[in-house]
Amino acid sequence: MTDTFRPGVRDEEILSLEGVSLWLSGREILHDVGFSLRAGELTGLIGSNGAGKTTIFRVILGLETPSAGKVLFAGHPRPRRNRSVGYVPQSIGLDPDVPLRARDLVALGLDGDRFGIPLPSRSRRQLVDEMLEAVDAQGFADARVGKLSGGELQRTLIAHALIAKPRLLLLDEPLANLDIRSEQEVVGLLAKIAKAHAIAVLISAHEMNPLLPVMDRVVYVASGRAASGPTEEVVREDVLSALYGHHVDVLHVHDRILVVAGKDETHHAELERTHTVVPRGLG
Amino acid sequence: MGAILTGIFEPGFFTSEPVRVAVIVGGAVSLVSAVVGVFTVIRGQSFAGHSLGDLGTTGGSGAFLVGANPLWGFVTFAILGAGAMELFGARRPRGRDMATGIVLGAGLGIAALFLYLGTTHSNTTGATITILFGSMFVIRSSMIPVFALLSVLALAVVALLYRPLLLSAVSQDIASARGVPVRLIGALYLLAMAVAVSLSCVTIGAILSTAVLIGPAAAALRLTKRPGLAIAWAAVIGLAVTWLGILLAYDSYYWPPAGRGWPVSFFVVALILVVYLLADLANGQKARRAGARAIASDKGPGVVAGRAWPSSPGEPGAE
Repeated sequence: MTDTFRPGVRDEEILSLEGVSLWLSGREILHDVGFSLRAGELTGLIGSNGAGKTTIFRVILGLETPSAGKVLFAGHPRPRRNRSVGYVPQSIGLDPDVPLRARDLVALGLDGDRFGIPLPSRSRRQLVDEMLEAVDAQGFADARVGKLSGGELQRTLIAHALIAKPRLLLLDEPLANLDIRSEQEVVGLLAKIAKAHAIAVLISAHEMNPLLPVMDRVVYVASGRAASGPTEEVVREDVLSALYGHHVDVLHVHDRILVVAGKDETHHAELERTHTVVPRGLG
Repeated sequence: MGAILTGIFEPGFFTSEPVRVAVIVGGAVSLVSAVVGVFTVIRGQSFAGHSLGDLGTTGGSGAFLVGANPLWGFVTFAILGAGAMELFGARRPRGRDMATGIVLGAGLGIAALFLYLGTTHSNTTGATITILFGSMFVIRSSMIPVFALLSVLALAVVALLYRPLLLSAVSQDIASARGVPVRLIGALYLLAMAVAVSLSCVTIGAILSTAVLIGPAAAALRLTKRPGLAIAWAAVIGLAVTWLGILLAYDSYYWPPAGRGWPVSFFVVALILVVYLLADLANGQKARRAGARAIASDKGPGVVAGRAWPSSPGEPGAE
C-alpha cells in the first residue's frame, strides 16, 4: 500500500497560512491567523464550535478568499484545481438512496471531478482495493454508502481522500458522532497515514484529548484568532489567556488536559466547564 | 398459440402508423426521462422535476393557443423555468424549494388562462386533455427527428456530468473542494432535466411526466447499489412500462363493454407503480435474506465491521 503514495519528504513544509484575516458580511471571522503544516506531522485544529475551524478549512480549500494574508502550498499560491489537498467534511448528509458502494465512493476520489463515463480498468480497481485495505474497509467495501455506520463512512471518506495522493489531508471534526473505540481507531489510522506516507494531516476537533497521544502540533483557535506550535508550548495558561483576552485555566488531570474559559463576550457569570471549553465565538 | 398471440396483440397493432410512432417516440422519451431521473432522485430534486412539467404546461398551452406545436412550447418554458429556478437561489436546498414553488405557481396560473382561452376559442376540450395527460398516438412521424435530437442532447449532458453529479450527490463540499464547478454542473443538469421533462410532457402529459421521471429511477435504486446498473435498470424499466402501456392501450379498444379505449398514460403510470412496488418488495426480501445469512454464518457486514470497528448501538446505519 505504501507504493501507492508519492514518497514525501519528512518535515517539508506543505502549507502555510500567513496573517490570514477574513471578513464576511461585515464581521471579522478570522484575524491574523498564521501557522504551517509539515509532511509527516499530525496537527490538531482545536477550538469550540464557531471559533473559526471550519472557516480555516474553507480558506485552505479555496472556498473562501482571505481578505488579507496569504495561503501558500509548498511556498506557492493555490493552483486552481488542487488535487494535493484531500478533504473529509464533518457531516455529508448522505441520501440513503445514492447508488454507490463504499468502493465506488473511493473510486470517485480518483476521478470524480472528471467528465464522461469511466471505463472499467484493472489498475483503477486494484488501486481502490489497496486503499480500502489501507483503511481496513474490506469488510464493507460492497455495502451501500447510505447504510454504513459513522466509523465505516469516516474510513471510506478517508480512503476517498487518500486515493488522489494528496500532500495534505484535512478532516473536519472526524471524531464527532463516533464511539470511543472508533475514535481511537480513526486517530491511530490517521497518525499511521501521516507518518507512513509523509503527508500533512490537519484534524479539527472541539475536544483535544483523543488527539493528545498522536498530535505533533496544535493550532488553537478562539474567536477567529489562532495560536500554534507544539502542544506543550500552546496549551498553557499564559498563551491561551493571551489568545482569549482573559484568564483561562489549563488543568492537567492524569493524562488529560482541561481548558476552562469564562464566557467573556456575553458577560455571563457562569463558567462552562468541559475539556476545551471556550467562549461562544463568531458564528 | 396463434390465438393467444392475437389475444395479446390485437389486429393491426404492428401495422398501425400511430402505434409505430408511439413505440419509437414514447419509448425513447421514457428511456431518457428514466435515466435523467436517477440523478433527480439522488439529488433530491423531484419537486423541481415536477415543477418543470407544470411550467412546461404554460408553454404547451400557449403554443396550442397560437396554433404551434406544443413540444416547442413545453421545451421553451421548461428551459426558461429551469433558468428562473437557478437564478432564484438554487444554491440552498430550502431556497431551491421556495424558488421552485414561486415560479411554479405563476406558471400554472398562466397555463390555466391559456387553456381556458384555447378551449373557449376553439370550442374543444380535447386540447386540455392532450396537454395535461399527453397522447402518444397523435404524435406526427415528422416530429421523430426532433424528439431524437432532444433525447440525445439530454442523455449526452448526463453522460458528460456522470461522475461530478455522483460526487456532488455525495457531498457538495467535497466536490467543490476537488475543483468541480458545482453550480455550473447543477445548472447544466437542470437543463437536461427540463428537456427530458418537456419531451415526456408531450408523450405522457404534463401532469404525469413526474411519474416517468421519478418512478423507474426510484424502482431502479431499490434494485441495485451500483450507479451504472441503476441507470441501466431505470432505462429498461422506463422502456418496458411504456411499450407495455402502449400495447395495453391499443388492446383496450377491443375490451368490453364499449371498446372505447383507455389512455396510454394511465397504463404507463399504473405499470410504474406496480414495478416500484415489486422492486420495493424484492429489496425487502434481499435485505431479509442478507440478515438471515449474517445471523447464520455470523459474518454479516455489520458483524465483520463490528469486530474491527464497533459502532455504538444507537448509531444510524449500524444495522
